[in-house]
Amino acid sequence: MTAVEIAEKIEGKVEVPVEGASADGLYVGDLLSDVMGHAGEGCALVTIQNHLNTIAVCTLVGCAVIVLCHSRPVPPDMAEAAAREGVAIVITPLSQYAVARALSFLPPAEH
Amino acid sequence: MGEYNPTILQAQHTSDDEILDKMPLDPKALGGDSSVVIMELLQRFKVRDVMKRKIIAISRKASLREAQKLMRENRISGLPVCEEGRLYGIVSVNDIINALDNGWIDDSCETHMATNLVVLEAGMPLAFALRYFNNYTYGRFPVLDSERKLVGIISQRDVMRALLYELSVEIRKLERKSARGANAAPEHATSANFFRREWAVVRNDLSRAGHAANDIKQILRERKIDRVVARRVAVAAYELEINICIHSHGGILTLLISDDAITITAKDRGPGIPDIAWALRDGASTANDWIRSMGFGAGMGLPNSKRVADDFDIQSEVGKFTKVTCLFKIAKQTVAEETK
Repeated sequence: MTAVEIAEKIEGKVEVPVEGASADGLYVGDLLSDVMGHAGEGCALVTIQNHLNTIAVCTLVGCAVIVLCHSRPVPPDMAEAAAREGVAIVITPLSQYAVARALSFLPPAEH
Repeated sequence: MGEYNPTILQAQHTSDDEILDKMPLDPKALGGDSSVVIMELLQRFKVRDVMKRKIIAISRKASLREAQKLMRENRISGLPVCEEGRLYGIVSVNDIINALDNGWIDDSCETHMATNLVVLEAGMPLAFALRYFNNYTYGRFPVLDSERKLVGIISQRDVMRALLYELSVEIRKLERKSARGANAAPEHATSANFFRREWAVVRNDLSRAGHAANDIKQILRERKIDRVVARRVAVAAYELEINICIHSHGGILTLLISDDAITITAKDRGPGIPDIAWALRDGASTANDWIRSMGFGAGMGLPNSKRVADDFDIQSEVGKFTKVTCLFKIAKQTVAEETK
């Protein structure tokens, strides 16, 4: 499922578009160490952590789409790193739980 | 109009402030690809070491005209609206221009000031302030202490002045050091399958954390190491890198690839772990709130690294160092094949 399709389902907008960025599972977490340890490759990460380190973690675990909840803004350095590393960022006004519900057809992506 | 009560603690601004405000520091020059010395400076220095403590402020009920006068007299482009240490808002030159345009220059500051403020905390490392200057267009930020009281103002000029001074001191030190002979620089000695590289990890610099792990993942990819193994190595490298960054005085992360194993070693300069068994427990952490708010410091780093490694070792001496070694077994031919 592409970042654009994800955005459509969660009242979101693609803030950092990346061609071909897609996810076939979902992982929800604000604790980056937990994401690091458990998120599966190819997942979309649903989080409120709107900073550079989120991109680092996503790059390492192989996650190509970040969904930022509660309309958290994307700081320029984060947007830059995301574009560079090929991680798409979707912003949504919804909460993590609401996003998970709206995308509940995606399987949990756990490592 | 009544309450004209500006808290002028002391005026000490000059007009070159405005010039500097228009010339933002290049973030790449200070924090991106710069040397370890600069990175350490940016971490060692806190906002409070650099900020101006003399604050020119105005009260909420004072008029915008009074604000304009104060700004003109002191040649400043932003005025905190502050009473008894509490920051209520900021009046900027733009607010004054709008007020003149729209005829509300005699309204009180509180009716038109900006209240959605971006502030820095006095204890934040300077690198954080630089990132704020980069991420927002403001020329200066109000600085609050841990009790949310306004304690200073920081501008790019303040940062620059402090850095230039400290850099000259550091450079002198380095020059002395290099005069004593410097051929100890570690290089990645690469024989057929052997590979070694080191990364310096700077204390508290979360914005850089992950660089070493990312490089390592890249190196493993280039050497066509099995993806699953590469991921485990990257996870350990990242966790250990973050650990050095948030818990130690700084250290070195080393990647070693040999015929049948990949080893990640993280060695720091202290403060050491008093109770290793406790530190290895899931959820055990000494991290502060700031680190936790970034999504780290939940006490999962060491358990995570231990879990992904085939062999794990930790040594520590309080006041001296901590050294963590994670070993990953690889099939012999994996490395040999790709070096052909």
